[in-house]
Amino acid sequence: MSGLKKIGDWFEQRLQLAGAIREATEHPVPRASASWWYVFGSAALTIFILQVFTGIMLALIYVPSAAEAWNSLQYLNHGVTLGWFLRAVHGWGSNFMVAVVLIHMCQVFLFGAYKFPRELTWIVGVFLLLMTLGMAFTGQVLRFDQDAYWGLGIGASITSRTPVLGPYLVHLLLGGPIIAGATLSRFFALHVFVIPGVLIAFVSLHLLMVLKLGINEWPMPGRIVRRSTYLREYHDMTHKDGIPFVPVAVWKDMFFSAAIILAVMACAAYFGPFGPSGYPDPTIVQTIPKPDFFFLWLYAMLALLPPSLETPALLIGPVIVIGLLILLPFFSGEGEKSWRRRPIAVVTLLLTAVALGTFTKLATYSPWSPVMDGWSGDPVPVGYLEGRTPLQRQGALVFQGKQCRNCHAIGGSGGKRGPELDRVATRMTRDQLVRQVIQGGGNMPAYGKNLNPAEVTALVSFLETLRPANQPPARDAAAQMANTSQPQSQPDADKH
Amino acid sequence: MIPQPPQEPESSLKAEVSRREVFAKIGLLLNGFAAVVLAAPVIGYLVSPILGAQRGGYKRWVELGELDEFPENQTRLAKFKNPITGVDDGDTDNIPCWVRRMKGEKFQVFAINCAHLGCPVRWFAQSSLFMCPCHGGVYYQDGSRASGPPERGLFEYTYKVENGKLWIEAGQLPTLSTSASLRGGSRGCQG
Repeated sequence: MSGLKKIGDWFEQRLQLAGAIREATEHPVPRASASWWYVFGSAALTIFILQVFTGIMLALIYVPSAAEAWNSLQYLNHGVTLGWFLRAVHGWGSNFMVAVVLIHMCQVFLFGAYKFPRELTWIVGVFLLLMTLGMAFTGQVLRFDQDAYWGLGIGASITSRTPVLGPYLVHLLLGGPIIAGATLSRFFALHVFVIPGVLIAFVSLHLLMVLKLGINEWPMPGRIVRRSTYLREYHDMTHKDGIPFVPVAVWKDMFFSAAIILAVMACAAYFGPFGPSGYPDPTIVQTIPKPDFFFLWLYAMLALLPPSLETPALLIGPVIVIGLLILLPFFSGEGEKSWRRRPIAVVTLLLTAVALGTFTKLATYSPWSPVMDGWSGDPVPVGYLEGRTPLQRQGALVFQGKQCRNCHAIGGSGGKRGPELDRVATRMTRDQLVRQVIQGGGNMPAYGKNLNPAEVTALVSFLETLRPANQPPARDAAAQMANTSQPQSQPDADKH
Repeated sequence: MIPQPPQEPESSLKAEVSRREVFAKIGLLLNGFAAVVLAAPVIGYLVSPILGAQRGGYKRWVELGELDEFPENQTRLAKFKNPITGVDDGDTDNIPCWVRRMKGEKFQVFAINCAHLGCPVRWFAQSSLFMCPCHGGVYYQDGSRASGPPERGLFEYTYKVENGKLWIEAGQLPTLSTSASLRGGSRGCQG
């Protein structure tokens, strides 16, 4: 007997784990489930372990104090050997983890893996997704920069919309009356102790159930899940035509996990760490806060929802979505697993993905926000000033000086909040332009108090020139009608 | 293998079960009692931010500066130290606000936070508008809503003029449910 075996036996005599480990690793899985489609769960676990590890590394330097957090991140980026790389791996690991968890969830949904008897595995998984998002948000707060500061303000503002309890919840969230040291400390506690602790417990439950109930078989159209027969069918499938997870099926998981870790490191090395952006001093108001990638869809929705729908959507929406996810295995616990026979499931998933993708894409250039330096950035294109009268040129000055361009683009630059004005004269008559400028409307502020009559006249004269040479200006059809139907109309049709 | 402990004989086990069961139940009760005794102070500690608001209130009078710093018919950024601070706030307890002096001692002091979701609004003197960089909220110079997602105008601080200085009553992040108090009301936990 070799010395190594003796040591092994000494431990085994006391731990008695070998049997359990062998049973867990060598459990039979359906032959078709040893597929590249089944690697995302293990990859999520791998990234989570990476996050725990890099998180502990960062905690060696990071100072969870509103006064020092930002400085300690700068120190990590620039003062500590490879500190930037560990920050980058943790940051990219976070993005990869959210992405992989989402992909895992989509796969499980499409393959009908949430059906009997794996309902609870799915429900625990829903909570794992929520906690993963919770980690992503709290982690963004710990990167205590201007985005984090104002992101907390948005969080507090959303919380404040809760009926009755609003003010209490705001103070509970912030740990005091304002966003300050206590706020960061409690998000640190959440990010480092509370959520990871619960996450580890839930991951263990999730894994335990995967082992106890077996991995989902590859869904075949026509193979119906029935509570009365499924367990026997699955047992037959795994024991007559199954393969042991280790070593036959596990290699794909291992290949993919390694690839993911390498991908995280490649992104970290190439793109570097996330921020921190500006120093968290609220008196620096020249800032444009934006959330991290996986919350951009929410940022877009908050800008695009009708104001009256916002509070209900913010407070009731999550309850409905999470409720539906949790209830899913209960109203769809049996039946077809194959996506080929579940068109509604496929369409639901596609619609959700397209909607979230569209919101995310919109949020990358946020057309709903005024461009704060639109007016002081690019000049009015020369082509729009050549051969114009002094009044029209004066109007161009008003256009620029009164910050119209923060919301309206001309010549391809400026805000996208209002319509582009390069062809505005083909759409609106002089009267309509005057009315729109003075009274506003359709989401435009009224400028009646801020522009004197001379400025309005100049501005509208300039706007009237904004049309391609070959297109006629907009005309007031009603006025012309009125004039032609009245034989004794005034000769001067321009005056009203 | 490690030897297993010897089994107790059936009879003595049965005889003692009821007595031990009672003790176990008492033990459970004792632990439940201990949990409650422990939970009370822990919960008190956790909700202290709420209690703090109710006891002392988070509002104090804060000096913004001499009247001369705020010319008539202009809107300027002012800063103040939040009256309630923690131990390690860094610069987060320096709070900005927009001061609009209309005439004489008539002012409007607006919170920096957009009434939509709290982002910092910026003043554009040329067009006399406040614009928010986040979701496109716009306000007129008197703080009333001009366009965008906000459902109301900017939050206003209560102000007073004393000894040639401008004071505001401030202290907490204004939001839709913690704002009304800043107008001098007594809503919510503003005390």
